[in-house]
Amino acid sequence: MTFRTPTGGAIDRDTLLHFTFNGQSYTGHPGDTLASALLAHGVHEVGGSVKLGRPRGIVAAGSEDPTSLVQIEAPFSEPMLLATTVELYDGLVARGLAGQGKLAAEPDPARYDAKHEHCDVLVVGAGPAGLVAALTAARSGARVVLVDEQNQAGGALLGVDEYVDERPSAEWVADVVAELKSTPGVLVLERTTAFGMYQDGFVLALEKRTDHLGFAAPEGVARQRVWRIRTRQTVLATGAHERPVVFADNDRPGIMLASSARTFLHRYGVLPGSRAVVFTTNDSAYCAAIDLAESGVDIALIVDARHEAPARLATECAARGIEVRAGHVVVGTEGAGRVTGVRIGPLAPASPDITVACDTVLVSGGWNPVVSLFSQARGKLRYDAELGAFVPGEELSTVRVAGSATGELDLNACARQGRDVGSEAAAAAGFAPGGQVPLPVSDSRCTARSGLVLWRVPGDDDASFVDLQRDSTVADVLRATGAGLRSLEHIKRYTTIGTAHDQGKTSGMIAAGIVAEALGVELEDQRPTTFRPPYTSVSFAALAGRDRGELHDPVRVTAIHPWHVAHGALFEDVGQWKRPWYYPKPGEDLHTAVLRECRATRESVGMMDGSTLGKIDVQGRDAGKFLDMLYTNMMSTLKVGKIRYGVMCGVDGMVIDDGTVIRVGDERYLITTTTGNAAKILDWMEEWLQTEWPHLDVHCTSVTEHWATIPLVGPRSRDVLAAVAPSLDVSNEAFEFMTWHDTVVAGVPARVCRISFSGELAYEINVTAWHGIAVWEALMAAGEQYGITPYGTETMHVLRAEKGYPIIGQETDATVTPQDLGMSWAVSKKKPDFIGKRSFARAENNRTDRKQLVGLLPVDPSVLLPEGSQIVETDRLPEPPVRMLGHVTSSYPSAALGRTFALALVRSGHERIGETLFVPVEDALVPVTVTESVLYDKEGARRDG
Amino acid sequence: MQLIPCPWCGPREEAEFHYGGQAHVAYPEDPSALTDEEWAQYVFFRENPSGPFAERWSHNAGCRRWFNAVRDTRTHDLLAVYRVGEPMPEVIA
Repeated sequence: MTFRTPTGGAIDRDTLLHFTFNGQSYTGHPGDTLASALLAHGVHEVGGSVKLGRPRGIVAAGSEDPTSLVQIEAPFSEPMLLATTVELYDGLVARGLAGQGKLAAEPDPARYDAKHEHCDVLVVGAGPAGLVAALTAARSGARVVLVDEQNQAGGALLGVDEYVDERPSAEWVADVVAELKSTPGVLVLERTTAFGMYQDGFVLALEKRTDHLGFAAPEGVARQRVWRIRTRQTVLATGAHERPVVFADNDRPGIMLASSARTFLHRYGVLPGSRAVVFTTNDSAYCAAIDLAESGVDIALIVDARHEAPARLATECAARGIEVRAGHVVVGTEGAGRVTGVRIGPLAPASPDITVACDTVLVSGGWNPVVSLFSQARGKLRYDAELGAFVPGEELSTVRVAGSATGELDLNACARQGRDVGSEAAAAAGFAPGGQVPLPVSDSRCTARSGLVLWRVPGDDDASFVDLQRDSTVADVLRATGAGLRSLEHIKRYTTIGTAHDQGKTSGMIAAGIVAEALGVELEDQRPTTFRPPYTSVSFAALAGRDRGELHDPVRVTAIHPWHVAHGALFEDVGQWKRPWYYPKPGEDLHTAVLRECRATRESVGMMDGSTLGKIDVQGRDAGKFLDMLYTNMMSTLKVGKIRYGVMCGVDGMVIDDGTVIRVGDERYLITTTTGNAAKILDWMEEWLQTEWPHLDVHCTSVTEHWATIPLVGPRSRDVLAAVAPSLDVSNEAFEFMTWHDTVVAGVPARVCRISFSGELAYEINVTAWHGIAVWEALMAAGEQYGITPYGTETMHVLRAEKGYPIIGQETDATVTPQDLGMSWAVSKKKPDFIGKRSFARAENNRTDRKQLVGLLPVDPSVLLPEGSQIVETDRLPEPPVRMLGHVTSSYPSAALGRTFALALVRSGHERIGETLFVPVEDALVPVTVTESVLYDKEGARRDG
Repeated sequence: MQLIPCPWCGPREEAEFHYGGQAHVAYPEDPSALTDEEWAQYVFFRENPSGPFAERWSHNAGCRRWFNAVRDTRTHDLLAVYRVGEPMPEVIA
C-alpha cells in the first residue's frame, strides 16, 4: 500500500530512486528525504531505543527529530544521521540505529574544507522573516550572507499549502531568492547550518555540498565545508519547533508532531497513515488535521486539551465530519510496535477512558522558538508564559531576532519583524535604507497562539517519555527532583535529557516545565540550560577539513634529510622535526644498531645531523649585557672566537634551557637552544626585551634553518676534518676546545666549533643549509677509511648520558635547578643579578632533600630500567603510602660501559652516592647502586683526542 | 573566536595571540634586596579579579609585539589596549 498522494509535493515524480533500508528495497523520488520515502511505503519504525529497546519511529520532519537515527552503509559508512535530514539518492543503503552508530574502520575518502567569509549582515534562516530581512539589508547595499539548513529556501512555508500575495508561497520565495542571488555582494548558502555563534560576530556554519548526490558526488569537490563567517550584524530568523505533550506510551512509531505530518504532506506528498487521532493544546494542529483530511486521511478525532475548541476551526472540522472533543487529553496508547489506538480521557479525570483505534497520532503541545544561537551569543532568555517557552529576553547590539524565533507565530507579523530588524542591522553596520521590501500577505487560517501550556498528561511515569532518544521518562525527572536536584543544568546531567544528537530541541522545554511543576516553582524564576554549539551534529572530518595527514601539522626536515631517507634511517619526531633516530643495517634492531653506532663513534668516528638545534642570532650594543641577565653564567666576558656552555632559568630559578653561546663579534652572539625549545626561547628573549628592558639595544633573529649543522665526533674526527679542511690548523694547540674558526670545509665557507656532547674529541661543522648535503657527503667520503658511521638521536642520547649531560625536558621538568643537576659550576657568583638568581637563595631551593641528578647502576648489569620508574628506599614495599625518592629519567644499555645504566632524579641524591636503592619493575624490586651522574671518562681525557 | 585589537595591527583573531598574565608587575629593581616573602610575591602571586584586569598580551603569530590590555574577566570584553610603557587607561566596565 502506498501512502504517496497522487499529486503535490516538491518531488520529481517522474524519476525513481532505489534504496535499501534495514535490508529491504524501496523506491522514492528526488526531493524525498529518507524519512519521507520510508513513510510513503508506510514504514514508521526506524530503529530501537537506546536503553529499553522499544521501537522508535519518526517524530518530526527536520533536524529537531529525536528518534530517526540511521547509519548510512553506502556509498560510505557514516553513523548517527537523521532519516529526516538525509536527502534520498539512488543506491542509498541505510539501517536504523538504537541510539549508537559505528564509525567506519577505513579512512573517509571524501574531501572536507573550510572557507572564510566576511559580511555586514548575516541572516540565519531563509523562512519568511529571514528572506525579508536579507532582502532589506541587501537593498541597503550591505554585504549579506544568508544561510539556511534546507535544500531550498522557504522555511515554514515549505510545509504548508498557504498562498502568499494570492499565489503559491513558493513563487514568492523564488522571487526573493532570485533578487538576492542577483544582488552583488550577497551570498546565499543552501544546505548550510549555522551551528555555532561566538564572540565578535564569529559564526561557524556547515555546508553539505555533495552529501545529497550520493554515488554521483563529483570527485575533487569538498563534500562538506565549514564556513568561518565574521559578520558585523546578525539576524537570527531560526524559526520555531513544535513540541509534543508527554503521555503514557508516547514513544510508539506512528506518533508524530502534527505540523511535521503536515510538512510530509505538502513538501513530499506523503500521508502519515490511514486513520489519525489529533491531540492538541492549540490551533495549529487543526490546519494539519483539515489538510490531511482533505488528502484522504481519516481523522478519527481531534482531542483538544482546552475547555473550548476554537469556534471557527471547529466549524470547519464539523463541515468535514471531523469530531472535536474539547477538555480531553490522550492518556495512553496501544500497540505492539506501531500505535494501534489511543485512550482518551477528560483533562480532569471524571469519566472512564475511551479507546479510539488509529494508526497515527498527531500531537501538538505548542511551539518552542529556536533560541540556541541567541543563547550561544550570550543573549539572556525570558520565559513567555502564554507560549510556554523561553524566548529572547534582551536586545543585543549586534544580534537581532526575527520571526517565530521571537515567539511570534503569525506569518505577516514575522515578515514585518524581518523587515524591521533587517533594516536595523544594515543601519547598525553603516548602511542607509534602500528600497522598501513589500511585506507578503498570507491566507493562513491558523494561528498557533492562544494555546494551553500542557507539559504532560498524568499517567504511568515510567512509560511517559520526555527524551525519546535517551529513554528518559517523567519518572527519571521526578527521581532527580526527589534526590534534591533543583537546577535544570544538574537535572539535565542526572537524567541525560537533552544530551543526545538533538540536544533536546523537542524535549528540553518540557523537561523544564515538568521540573518546575515538581518543585512548585515558576518557570519565570528558573534559569534555562545554556545552549552550546553545535546546533546540529558536525562530523570531526568536517571540523578537521584539510588539516589531516600531512597537512595536520607542518613537518620540518633538514637540508640533509634526503640522504637520511636514502640510507634507511628511521625517524623520530622532535617537535615538528623529523630527526634520524638510528640507521639500521640489514637484520639490526634499535638495540644492536645503537650499540654499533656508539662503539664506532667512541672508537673511531661518527657523525650526525644536528641541524635542528635552535639557533638565535643576537645582535646589538647591549647583547652581552642582555645575555648576562638570561644565562646563569657570564657571557659578556666571552672573547670573540670563544664558546661557552650556558644554562637559562626562569625567575623561579628552575632550568628552562641550555645550549652554547658563541661570540661572533663585539656586538654579536650566536646562541643555540634545545631542538624543541627554539621558538619558546626566542619568545622568552623577546618578552624580556620588549616588556622589561626596552632600553637595551638588542635584536634577536631565529637562524635555525639557515645552517646545516654536522657534529663530527670521535678520536678520528680530527683526521677527517683535516682531510676536508686543508686550510684549517686542526691541532689541539691551534684549535682549542670551546673555540670556533671560520674556514673552508669541502670547498664551501664553514664555521667549525669545537664542542662536544659526547665527551669525545668533536667538531661541529656549520655551513649554509644549501651546502648541507654536499658537505655531509664529503665528510662521509673522507671518513670512509676510518669506518665513519652516521648516527641518530638514540646514539646521541646514549653518548651524552654516559657523560651525565642532561637533556632539558628529559632530565628536567619545571622543578629542577642547575644545582640539582650538579651544575653549580655554571652559575655565576660574580654577577649582581640574572634571571633566577634571587630564587637560588630561597629556603626551598636550599633544602638538602631536593631531587638531584645521579647515575644508577642496576646491580644486575643486564637489567634495563624502564624510564619513568619510581625509586624507593627498601627492598620490600611497605604499606602504602610508599615514600617515593624520585624517578628514572634516562636508561640505556651502554657499549662503552659494557652494561646498562640510568640517570635519575633522587631525593638527596648527591649524598646517596654509593647507596643501594630499589626500583619497582612490574612485580620485582630491582636493586640499583647510586653513582655520580658522569659514568664514562670521568677525567675528561678523551676530549682532546 | 574573539577579535583582539592589537595596537599595532588592528583587530585580529585571538588564535594569533599569546597570553602573558597580569600587566604592570615590574621586575624588581634589586632582587637581592628583597626578603624571601617579597620575592615570592613577585614570582608566584598575581591578582585574580572579577572585572577589569590589566594584562599582557603578545601578538605572537602577527607582529610579535607585546602590549597591554584591560579585559573584563566576567565577559572577556577587551575594554582597552595600550602599548608597553603606557599607563593603564581609565575604563568603565
